[in-house]
Amino acid sequence: MAQTSLSHPTAPVSLEAAPALPTKRDALLSLGARCSLPVILLLAVGFVAPLIAIFAYSFAKPRTFEVFRSFTLVNYAEIFNGSNTVWLSFLWSLGFAFATCALLALIAYPIAYGLNRVFGKWSSLVSILFVFPLFVSENVRLYGWVLFFIKNGVLDGTLKMLGFEGGPQILFQPPMILAGMLYVYLPFMLFPMTLGLAMVPRDLIDAARDLGANRWQIWREVELPLAMPGILIGMLLTFVLGIGAVAEAKILGGQSVIVISHDIEIAFTYSQNWPLGSALAVVVTIFIGALTLAVFSRLDLDRLLGRR
Amino acid sequence: MTQEAAPKLPILQLVGVRKTFNDFVAVEKIDLDVIEGEFLTIVGPSGSGKTTLLRMLAGMDQPSEGNITLHGERINEVPPNKRPTCLVFQSLALFPHKSVGDNIEFPLKVRGVDAKARKARALELMRVVRLPESYHSKNVMKCSGGERQRVALARALAYDPEVLFFDEPLSAIDYKLKKVLEKELKDLHKETGKTFIYITHSLEEAMVMSDRIGVMRAGRLVQVGTPEQIYNHPVDRFVSEFVGEVNVIEVKKEQDGAPWRGIDVPGAFHVRPPEEDAEADHAFVVIRPEYLRFLGAGDTAQNSLKGTVYNEYSLGSRIQYQVRVGEKVMLVELSRSKALPIAADRSVTVGWDAADAITVRA
Ligand SMILES: Nc1ncnc2c1ncn2[C@@H]1O[C@H](COP(=O)(O)OP(=O)(O)OP(=O)(O)O)[C@@H](O)[C@H]1O
Ligand SMILES: [Mg+2]
Repeated sequence: MAQTSLSHPTAPVSLEAAPALPTKRDALLSLGARCSLPVILLLAVGFVAPLIAIFAYSFAKPRTFEVFRSFTLVNYAEIFNGSNTVWLSFLWSLGFAFATCALLALIAYPIAYGLNRVFGKWSSLVSILFVFPLFVSENVRLYGWVLFFIKNGVLDGTLKMLGFEGGPQILFQPPMILAGMLYVYLPFMLFPMTLGLAMVPRDLIDAARDLGANRWQIWREVELPLAMPGILIGMLLTFVLGIGAVAEAKILGGQSVIVISHDIEIAFTYSQNWPLGSALAVVVTIFIGALTLAVFSRLDLDRLLGRR
Repeated sequence: MTQEAAPKLPILQLVGVRKTFNDFVAVEKIDLDVIEGEFLTIVGPSGSGKTTLLRMLAGMDQPSEGNITLHGERINEVPPNKRPTCLVFQSLALFPHKSVGDNIEFPLKVRGVDAKARKARALELMRVVRLPESYHSKNVMKCSGGERQRVALARALAYDPEVLFFDEPLSAIDYKLKKVLEKELKDLHKETGKTFIYITHSLEEAMVMSDRIGVMRAGRLVQVGTPEQIYNHPVDRFVSEFVGEVNVIEVKKEQDGAPWRGIDVPGAFHVRPPEEDAEADHAFVVIRPEYLRFLGAGDTAQNSLKGTVYNEYSLGSRIQYQVRVGEKVMLVELSRSKALPIAADRSVTVGWDAADAITVRA
């Protein structure tokens, strides 16, 4: 650019100003790049670097810290070896994630609907009530559950004191893990879903009704497809969080079930087998990544939102 | 009562219909008979309750008081999907995730019409509203404003309603296309023979299309009549001003038979008594700009006012002058051939005859 204006004989005014500007522009990044610099740095240090480290570790010799110095596929072979029960953990995680996601979709939809259409001026209060538990650490909340449900705990003890038989022993079993997950991840389904439903214009519902549709037809033909982006994002979030969940299984489930994240944790801690843990983490990450991509490529946000 | 040649029955009747939102009265005691097959337009400024009225007629809201009857049957609580009426929304309310064809077929689909018959009907309706057949599979959001308009219309027609409501469907469309669509809508009304109730805040639009016009103001239906009645016999200052740009002079009667005294401009004026109330002694004289003229030497008129021209606008074949008379601005419209040679700051006398002005009660 500087060259063209300099060599231009009929632009004498720009001669003085022109050289200064382009050099300045060349030296610094564009405004967009400068603005995103903090995020890029954060992601580089906090996300990309650990990812690379884990990836590298997964090819290191088992039970060593010889990262970048050794290359072996033994860790992966170990995971896919049929005699290893890690696939069971993975199935448990998958099952919990799937159940959490499906049940939460059913549980959150009526609430999201209510927040949008029924609760009126109360909906902000109701939303706050749903956000509130997030202010308390997940572990603290789960230990609260344990204290409440455990033998001779709050429920059991109180009932016994009052002369009853005592509370049901439901702790340390898979259903309790699921219950904990439903409770912990509800907001992650509820809020995207509420947003999704809020994006359905009131007029469209009225128009569908005016054109003869009954409630069920309105829901199927108009409301659900238009709220779908929000619903799918909620489902994706809860599914991904569900696969990675570990606290529920550890705290509410005792040791009755080992989930995949727990396996990874064990590999990094007790067994001091970082390469195996890394390989497991890589497999899980690839699985979740592929799933996410599959959903998002199916889900054409623009089309669903009617922007095209 | 004498038998008329073709007795036209009211299809929709409103009796004392009122709608309040908490303490706010949006629609106040409306009585109205809608005649079968007519094109009735409701006009009124923003917030006058037009949409609220229409929503009650369509069944989306229920009146707080009063009754709405269709063919003599009370329908206050009948839901919209059970009424033989259909509303074309201000926003059009097209389904963004459906194609043009699927939008039009929607009312047929929910009624259980099979896919083949649906498509045939959709294509037929697309011809009626002048949409090319190839648009059947086009995404509605890719259509232009005018095309969407036609889709919304075709969709409403697919429902095959007896009464069609329109809530300012042309408000977001450019002038030229608006004129075209207005004409098409009028033609469609003739072809279908259905009852059309149309809402707009442009009286110009109403004048072009309607058999009858109702003027709303602050929730009330101030006047209902033919375009001619509304134009030439407005019941009050509001209606007269709504019809278009007018000059309004406030006058008081001092003595029977004598000229009336001007209140907001000095002078005495020959005034016809208000049609609505011949005994009134306080009234507004409404003079359309085209009925005012500049008086040169030797010209006479029953009434005259002295003022100064301070602005002129070209309205195509006509020129509008703004004339300052004391504190007031009067509008005078002349055909271009009669234009003043040098207008600005010129002292002029504007005049009119009592017969050219309308008097409405204050
Ligand atoms: N659901 C509602 N709750 C409270 N007030 C309302 C509601 N709907 C309408 N109103 C009020 O009623 C009045 C009439 O509204 P309406 O929409 O009928 O006006 P309109 O004549 O259609 O205006 P516009 O030409 O701007 O569309 C407005 O003052 C509006 O604020
Ligand atoms: Mg409106």
